[in-house]
Formats: sequence, C-alpha cells, structure tokens
Amino acid sequence: MDHAVTHESHGAGAGHGSAAGHGEGGQQHPIKIYVSIWILLFVLSAFSYMVDYFQLQGYLRWTLILIFMILKAGFIIAIFMHVAWERLALKLTILVPPLTLLVLIALMAIEGDYTFLTRLASFVR
Amino acid sequence: MAETAVKVEESAASVEGFRSVAADWSQDKQAYPVPWGKVMMWIFLLSDTFIFSCFLTSYMNVRMSTTEPWPNTSEVFALTVGGAHIPLLLIAIMTMILITSSGTMAMAVNMGYRRDRKRTAALMFATAALGLSFVGMQAFEWTKLIVEEGVRPWANPMGAEQFGASFFMITGFHGLHVTGGVVYLSVVAFRVLNGFYDRKGTYETVEVAGLYWHFVDLVWVFIFAFFYLW
Repeated sequence: MDHAVTHESHGAGAGHGSAAGHGEGGQQHPIKIYVSIWILLFVLSAFSYMVDYFQLQGYLRWTLILIFMILKAGFIIAIFMHVAWERLALKLTILVPPLTLLVLIALMAIEGDYTFLTRLASFVR
Repeated sequence: MAETAVKVEESAASVEGFRSVAADWSQDKQAYPVPWGKVMMWIFLLSDTFIFSCFLTSYMNVRMSTTEPWPNTSEVFALTVGGAHIPLLLIAIMTMILITSSGTMAMAVNMGYRRDRKRTAALMFATAALGLSFVGMQAFEWTKLIVEEGVRPWANPMGAEQFGASFFMITGFHGLHVTGGVVYLSVVAFRVLNGFYDRKGTYETVEVAGLYWHFVDLVWVFIFAFFYLW
C-alpha cells in the first residue's frame, strides 16, 4: 500500500521535473528563441514565395520548395511544438508512425503512373 | 519497498537516449512523463497527420494520372493590386497571417507559464482573430474560384477536373480545422481571462491548445508547398 501511494504521487508529481527541460511549470523557454524562429519562418516563407514569383522551373523549383518546406516544418515541430525538449519516448511516438506514409506515397505514385500510361494507351485519342 | 521505487524512477530520469525509452516503458507507471492532455492531443494530431497525408497523397495520385492539363495555380490565385498583376499574392498573404498567428500562439504559451493572465489571454485572442481573418480570405478565395472561374468539385473549365476535387477537399478540411481552432482558442482564452487556470494551478491547457494551432500551421506548410507551389 505504502509502495503504491509513493509510486503514484511520484509519477504524477515533480519527480520528473529535472527531465529533459521540464521545469516546474512545464515547457519554459526564453522568448528570444521564439522570436528568432518566428522571423526565420517569415524569411523561409518569403523565399518559397520567391520561387514562384521568379518562376523557377524544373528540378531547381522542386528542390527549393522541398527544402524550404522541410525547414519550416522542422522548426515548427521542434521549437513551437516543443518536441525538441520532450523525452525520447514521446518523440518516437510522434515521429516514427508517420514514416509508414512513405509506403503509401510510393504505392500511390506507382499507381498514378500506371493509370496515366493506361489512359494514354486506351482513352486519349 | 517505497524507497526502491523512488530509486528506480530517479535512475530512469537520469539516463539518456534509447535507454531512457526502455526505462520509461518498463517502469510500473505511466510511460509518458508529461500531462495526459498533452499526450492525448499528440495522439489526435498523429491521427490528423494521417488524414491530411491521405488527402495530399490522393491529390498526388490524381494529378499524376490525369491526361488533362493542370491549372497554373500561380495564375489562378493571382491578385491585381492597383493595376499590378501579382501571382499567388492571396496565398502568400494567407501564409504570412498563419505564421504570424503561430508566433502569437507560441508567445501565449510562454506567457501562460509565466502566469501572466492578461497577456496570455490577449495573445490568444489575437491568434484567434488572425485565424478568423485567414478563414475570411479563404472564403474570398473559394467565392472567386466558384463564381468567377466556375470551378466545382466535379468540374473545372481550366483543365483537369481533379483540380476542383482536390482543392475543395484539401483546403476545405484545413479551413474547417482553422475554424475549429478559432472556437477552441477563444474558449481557452476566456477561461484564462476569468482565472480558471489560476484556480486549477496549471496553464498546461494553453500549451495543449497551442499544439493544435501549430499543427494547423504545419499542415498549411505542406499544402502551400504541394498544392500551390508545385
């Protein structure tokens, strides 16, 4: 009984206060970090808009779009959503399952290609 | 016996890397040492990730497989301001608004943990207002596309019909998320203002609401890249 009570209160209480950036009040970080990431996101968005504005085409366009997209997504997840400071157990729960989507994307890309060729061969005059 | 339990937990908190994962999962306690509301929000956002990924993947599939030309989004979403024709301007403004709102939300979370009741509420209301203006611009965008361009979920005079289906499905679902977020943030902001979280003793609900809002911004990053820029 004593064991259970101690365990319970410990698990819910400040026992993990020191773990991975959790202060007494949760995720507490300097404002400077948020402001600099905020500005960075503006700059990256402006860059991705510039890709369209200057009508870059082909592989250069797609590469730049993907780079800016991944950087923006990474900063939002890591800093704004505090994932950088979470414990690894939670990080893995959040970040690993979406990797299965790569299989779906690959399958649907193959499927789309196949459908396109079938349409060209059979339905387009 | 009790001392042993304490010792085990302390050693678990001090190990890093994969050993900390094993330690968190193998202990006779909750696996995630964070507030349960945050874990639940993350699980929800994970499921939402799959929903939006399915939409974007199906968009990729229909765009790859159509033999009709895909409309040039740069031109479709252009605006003419003072005689100057600026490509994709509306979407660029919407992107900036959403990023601004993400910034104010991050500040609100920060102020919440500083127990600054008034600033937290003000920043959250600002976030909700920016979200509302985003939805307003989306309504304008939809109206333009439906009334002037004649795009329907099943028809598109500019080329591939799949453009209409993908556009209304993806941006509609995202807009719905923004609208829901505005309501959610407003409710939490009112509770911040009337001191609900001061009485509760924790502002973690503000952070959980923030997670949702940042996710909406995150989804827009992908929609912006794949639907509007690609």
